[in-house]
Order: sequence, then structure tokens, then C-alpha cells
Amino acid sequence: MKVFAVVPVYNEKIEIVNKIVSELLDFVDKVVVVDDGSRYSVKEAVFRCKKNTGKIVCLCHQINRGQGAALQTGTDYAFLSGADIVVHFDGDGQHLATDVLALTGPIKKGQVEFVFGSKVLGRAENIPWSKKTFIIPLARFVNRILTGINLSDAHNGLRAFNRRAGDKINLSQDRMAHNTEYPYLVKKNNLKYKEVPVKVIYNQYGQGIGGGIRILKELILGWLLK
Amino acid sequence: MYLIQILAIIFCLFAIWRLTMRFRRREVKWTEFLSWLIFWFAVGIAFIIPDSLTRLANILGIGRGADLVLYVAVVVLFYLIFRIFVRLEKMERNITKVVRDKALENMENNRQDISNKTQETRQK
Repeated sequence: MKVFAVVPVYNEKIEIVNKIVSELLDFVDKVVVVDDGSRYSVKEAVFRCKKNTGKIVCLCHQINRGQGAALQTGTDYAFLSGADIVVHFDGDGQHLATDVLALTGPIKKGQVEFVFGSKVLGRAENIPWSKKTFIIPLARFVNRILTGINLSDAHNGLRAFNRRAGDKINLSQDRMAHNTEYPYLVKKNNLKYKEVPVKVIYNQYGQGIGGGIRILKELILGWLLK
Repeated sequence: MYLIQILAIIFCLFAIWRLTMRFRRREVKWTEFLSWLIFWFAVGIAFIIPDSLTRLANILGIGRGADLVLYVAVVVLFYLIFRIFVRLEKMERNITKVVRDKALENMENNRQDISNKTQETRQK
């Protein structure tokens, strides 16, 4: 089974991106980097990466369209180029490449079609305490109401799914609300899913309350448009 | 007659004239033409007979005509803002579609370039 990793990149430090890409190459068949309109040419920088073995692809959004849009572009490309399983992997260095195996395992065995990474089941390093005690439980609660799935980790960028799931799931949320849209679509399409523990390293705070409210706004607008 | 009434009537006549011109050039549909015509007529009448607005307001349970205008204006504005929001979101999505197609297309071209090059080298 061919496994493709999709890494959305927006103005990330190029050393971090190169590190992620070269680490991922050990675990996947192809790394699809999606440059979401960064200030510098991610493509050139990634191809200067030492371990470039022709297994790296770089797609370029000419203007910034948001993480959800970048993920969908990379996913479209992966399935068009013969991927069987697609793994989403954040471009900011918060995930570990070794977790890819844990994510793709249940799909390869045919147990499920969609796997969510969970930092709650696994281990998270340096979570800010306000985030741990307040924001994550709140986000979980809101997500449970909105999507109907009870996930232990509301917003985790690490996920994997097979071609059948990919065909059914098409993101309409361009920005950060994709983290909520994925569980919603999984539930809606009755896909078999599973959560696996992953490790998350917090380098940045990420989504705070403001981000959460913005996501809610995006979701409401999204539903109005349907 | 107050100066404001004269100015308002002149403006209403101007607006109706422009509207008719546009309708003749078929730039507006007849439904739009009709609704705008009614709107400007109503504005004109409201200025010529200020009492008419007050009477309408009283029927609705509002004290003054000016208040009625204000309330209606706020509601209409909110509705228009909502429509703009939705339209903007739709546009954003369309832009994303275009950007995505372009990104995938570029990738496809690159691949063809590479295969063309390998074919050329083979021919040599």
C-alpha cells in the first residue's frame, strides 16, 4: 500500500520543514509539501534538502488559502497520483514522524478507514496549562455537539485515511475549521474510525479562545452556504 | 415648503430618471425597475407629506415617522451585511478552487516536462 504524507507549510522555518520531510521519507512512499503562499519559495528550499530522492513533491498555492485548503490540495494530488493512504502532518514540527506507523497501521490491516491522532490518549509535551485545563475540554465539548463524534482530542492535525474515505470526504472549510469538519464528515459518511495515541510537542500556543470563536464563525457560515 | 423637501423631491426625480434610462438600456430587469420605482415614489411621498410616515408609524405602534425609518434602515442594513458575508465566503471558496486547480495543473506540467525530457534524451 502506498502511503503519502501531506505537509501544509505556511511561512514555517525552512530547517523545520526540511527536518520533517527527511524524517517522513523513512515512513512514507512520498511526501507532498503544500506551500500555502509562503513568503519564500518552499519548493526550492525543500529540494535543496539532502535526502531528496525524488520522493518529494511540492505543490504551490500562489496566494494563501488556509490550512484546510492546503490539506485538500495535497490530498487531491496524492489520490490522483496513486496513493492508497494519505497522512496529514503539520508543517510546524509538533508531530513525530514515527507516529505515522501508528496511524496507518489500523488502515493497512483493514480495520478502519479513518484514523485520528490523539494527544490526550498519547503524550503531549509542554502543553500550556490554560490550554490543558480550559481550552481543550471546551473544544472537545463543542466538537462533540457539532459533529456527534466523541473524540478524546478535538483538534489534532495528525490523521490518516484511505482512498475510499478520501473520495467521500471533501473539505469545504479552507481555514482552521477543517479540524472539526473531518470528524463531522466521518460521522456523516458512516466511515469506520479509530483514535490512536500520538505525541504532540507544543512549540507555539496554537488556537486559543479567539481561534475557537473564529472556527465557530467559519462553521456557521459553512452550514449556511450548504 | 421647506428647502429639504424641495431638494429631496429633486433627488427622487433624478433617481427615477436614471432608473428609467437604465431600464430603457435593459441594464435592469423589470422586476428591479418596478421595486426601485416604488421605493423612490415612497421616499418622495414621505417628504411631500411628512404626516404620511407618522401615520404609518402609528399604525405599527411606533411614535414617530423618523423612528420607523431608522428601524427599517437598521434591519435592511443587517440583512445586506449578512448577504455580503455569505457572498464573500462563496467567493473565497471559488478562489481556493482556482488556486488549487492551478497548483495541481503546474504539477502536471512539471511531470510532463520531465517525461518529455527523458524521451528526448532517449531519442538522442
